[in-house]
Amino acid sequence: MRMPKQSRLCGISLCFHSALTTALVLIFLVLSGSQRANALPAFARKYGLRCSACHETWPILNNFGLKFRDNGYQIMNDHDAPIWQNPGYWPVTFRITPIWHRVSAVSDVDTYQNVGATLPFGTTALQRITTTGFDLSGLDFHTGGTLEKNISFYVLPSSDPTAAFHFETVMGRFDNLFGSPWLNIKMGRFELNNLLSEKRMVGLTGNGGIYQTYHFIPQADGNIFGQMGDNQLGMEYVGHSYDDRTRISAALLSSADGNVNLTFGNAYSGFFTFDQGVDMGKLGVDRLGFYAFVGQASTYFRTSGGAPIAGSGLGNKGFSRVGFTGQFYFGPHFDVNVVTQHGNDNAWFGQGYGNAIATDGNGGVTCTGPQLTPGCPPNNTPGTVLPAGAQAPIWNGVTVESRYVYSPQLIFIAVYEAERMSQQANGAGCATSLACFGTNGTYTNGQSTSNLGNINNYDFIIRYNPFMTNRAGMALQSEFNIFHQIGTGATSPITGVNTNLNSSELLLGLDFDF
Amino acid sequence: MRRNWMKWSLWVVAVVVLSLPVASWAQLTTQDIAARDNMEAHVGNLTGHANSGQAKYDYRRYCVGCHGDLGDGNGEVAQWLDPPMWPKPRDFQLGIFKCRSTPTGTLPTDQDLYDAISRGFDRSAMPIWNVFTKQQRVDLVAFVKHFSPRFVSEKPGTPIQIPPEPEVTADRVKNGREIFARVQCWKCHGVTGQANGPSASTLQDDLGRPIAAFNFTEGARPKCGSTDQDIYRIFMTGLDGTPMPSFADNIKPDEAWDLVFYLRTLMAQPSKEKDIARQLGLKPVSPNP
Ligand code: HEC
Ligand code: HEC
Repeated sequence: MRMPKQSRLCGISLCFHSALTTALVLIFLVLSGSQRANALPAFARKYGLRCSACHETWPILNNFGLKFRDNGYQIMNDHDAPIWQNPGYWPVTFRITPIWHRVSAVSDVDTYQNVGATLPFGTTALQRITTTGFDLSGLDFHTGGTLEKNISFYVLPSSDPTAAFHFETVMGRFDNLFGSPWLNIKMGRFELNNLLSEKRMVGLTGNGGIYQTYHFIPQADGNIFGQMGDNQLGMEYVGHSYDDRTRISAALLSSADGNVNLTFGNAYSGFFTFDQGVDMGKLGVDRLGFYAFVGQASTYFRTSGGAPIAGSGLGNKGFSRVGFTGQFYFGPHFDVNVVTQHGNDNAWFGQGYGNAIATDGNGGVTCTGPQLTPGCPPNNTPGTVLPAGAQAPIWNGVTVESRYVYSPQLIFIAVYEAERMSQQANGAGCATSLACFGTNGTYTNGQSTSNLGNINNYDFIIRYNPFMTNRAGMALQSEFNIFHQIGTGATSPITGVNTNLNSSELLLGLDFDF
Repeated sequence: MRRNWMKWSLWVVAVVVLSLPVASWAQLTTQDIAARDNMEAHVGNLTGHANSGQAKYDYRRYCVGCHGDLGDGNGEVAQWLDPPMWPKPRDFQLGIFKCRSTPTGTLPTDQDLYDAISRGFDRSAMPIWNVFTKQQRVDLVAFVKHFSPRFVSEKPGTPIQIPPEPEVTADRVKNGREIFARVQCWKCHGVTGQANGPSASTLQDDLGRPIAAFNFTEGARPKCGSTDQDIYRIFMTGLDGTPMPSFADNIKPDEAWDLVFYLRTLMAQPSKEKDIARQLGLKPVSPNP
């Protein structure tokens, strides 16, 4: 039996950090609704590279990993044949994370005031509920690689913690067409070409395991189709220079937020990116780029017995998300990643029209009953007019992720995100939430506070890889998240006004993939 | 008592003396290597330092899995690489490198190592590292050098002079063919360049590992570069550590260009030389002239 030798350098730091390991003994993480992409030990095994060669810390890609991906999972040295001799290579990686988890948030809680009555509760009060326990993430099966030189695939069946599976990513790629790195095409369900990848983030908490900027939707807005963080269905062109310094992409997408089965209507959107890396000498290769997500989505559905008919979407209205991306290295140990966003939805979306069928990008269907069933979004049937004062919701957001890489085995990450409404869908906005009494989060033409829905999100992560080989990956992670959103918390039983949402989450996880 | 002491010290001396040659064969230790960590490299106007934090960090992050902590090519991946399909990672301690602008047997220049790292090695596990900044690569060159005592005791060779490239003519292509036959490139590379010459199957590198000759006809990239200058350099300096020799003593500098032109006719990539060969109806050389 040939066992890979443990690297001595790793060994030294293993001793060095063993105290830390002990400290991080409980790990865990969570399972956010969104699925995660990973390091693929399958790739590492195929190419004989350690995880650290492609990942700043897996699954976050470094420049070398980015180039590997841009080349269609090819290293461009003839190891790219689908399978080579090494019998240890099997192109499947799985990832799952057992966690210990503490969640804390305020709810409007029934108070048990009258033990003798038929109903054990009568009034309610805002109370903070804190829960702790051991938990599990979903299971991801990553399989990807080359079918033939310059033809690659990626298939990722992914489950929730109860093992209900869906296809998170499925795509085929044609790379280096006519021998040019500038010509690559993929088709399927895939992650958009976001320089700061959400699928590769290490955050695992409910609010830290996604980028708020990639999913922000104004309160009561019905447009779920502009979520850059969700894998989308479509076709993408990607081009890059030989050394990957210059990257460009354009994708044509169904406005379906990745939902299969033509659930919505005949609407498309486009996602465009450009970024340029610059050799900054001792600092590293720094990148600056921009993206634009522009498109249309339907705002009403034909109905049958009052229930929307899937696939019948009409009344397309526009939306856009544009911003800058930056990746700034300050030497090998410290880097800062920035994404800005200027978002704009058509006024119809602002009034809740748009998605009358699915709840999210993963196919959850809620409203199959007749329209105007409580809880169902409105349907923009012919003759509907916009309420007076309705206007396009507009907002700005920023995500700043800084990473301190103590060594390839130990990394500290801090994420700060801010989402700020600059124009609410309903009127000019009013100064305090009391002045807008009762209108928060409803679909009527009441005014909203100008800051309704604003978010501050903080995430802190320590991630430690006890060993590093080219065979498998394991990380101990601790994460703390604080999430704050204006006016979306529980409704106060006293004022009837929505309180601000303040939640926190602590996770200790054992993240492994093979 | 005293006798005993004498006896012991004799033993100690004997053991030490006897172990000297053994020790000198044994692997270099961390201390030997650390003593050279003030190694520098110079490429263009950049200076790389083996002891820069960046070099150590990058070597550990990117290189150590193959080339090993001690630079001896014994990283954990090495065992999975089976020559001749997949050459073993280079042992930097030996200070012997394939891709050089300098005469055979001499050390490469810093630029040569820099180019090798940036270019990667086709038909091997060695990736292309051109995503790094120039500074990162120069630092890595210094780091690679510090593993071998040769870089302290010797200077790099003087790069060979390459005369300006002449116009391709039919005569030059024909002459190149003559040289290919005369110096017997075909013994290893085969008369059609398909790496199937009479010696091809028995080739071994200096460490006794099987090695394949270059197959010109498959469209593969030569390890040491694909330009005309690179190919000129390849057979005029040789790939040290492999059976691919230097022909500097057998081929005159100007004639060497003719051979480059002829090699182009064997390669899969379209070229002017290929067109000429087709027009001339050039046949493969004969193994028995
Ligand atoms: C996946 C394995 C692998 C990794 C990782 C790797 N190398 Fe290599 N390297 C090789 C192999 C294999 C060879 C020998 C190729 C051959 O002989 O054809 C090689 C050869 C070399 C050479 C010899 C050049 C010559 O002219 O002979 C240098 C220098 C080198 N590598 C530097 C590096 C540096 C610097 C890194 C890290 C940035 C690195 N390698 C990472 C596998 C690797
Ligand atoms: C004794 C056998 C032998 C002879 C004779 C020989 N070669 Fe080679 N050659 C090799 C081997 C082995 C390699 C592969 C080295 C490697 O991949 O590391 C090679 C590689 C090459 C390469 C590719 C180098 C690269 O960078 O990948 C070229 C070009 C080449 N030879 C040209 C020639 C020419 C021209 C001649 C005659 C002048 C010649 N060879 C004679 C054994 C030989």
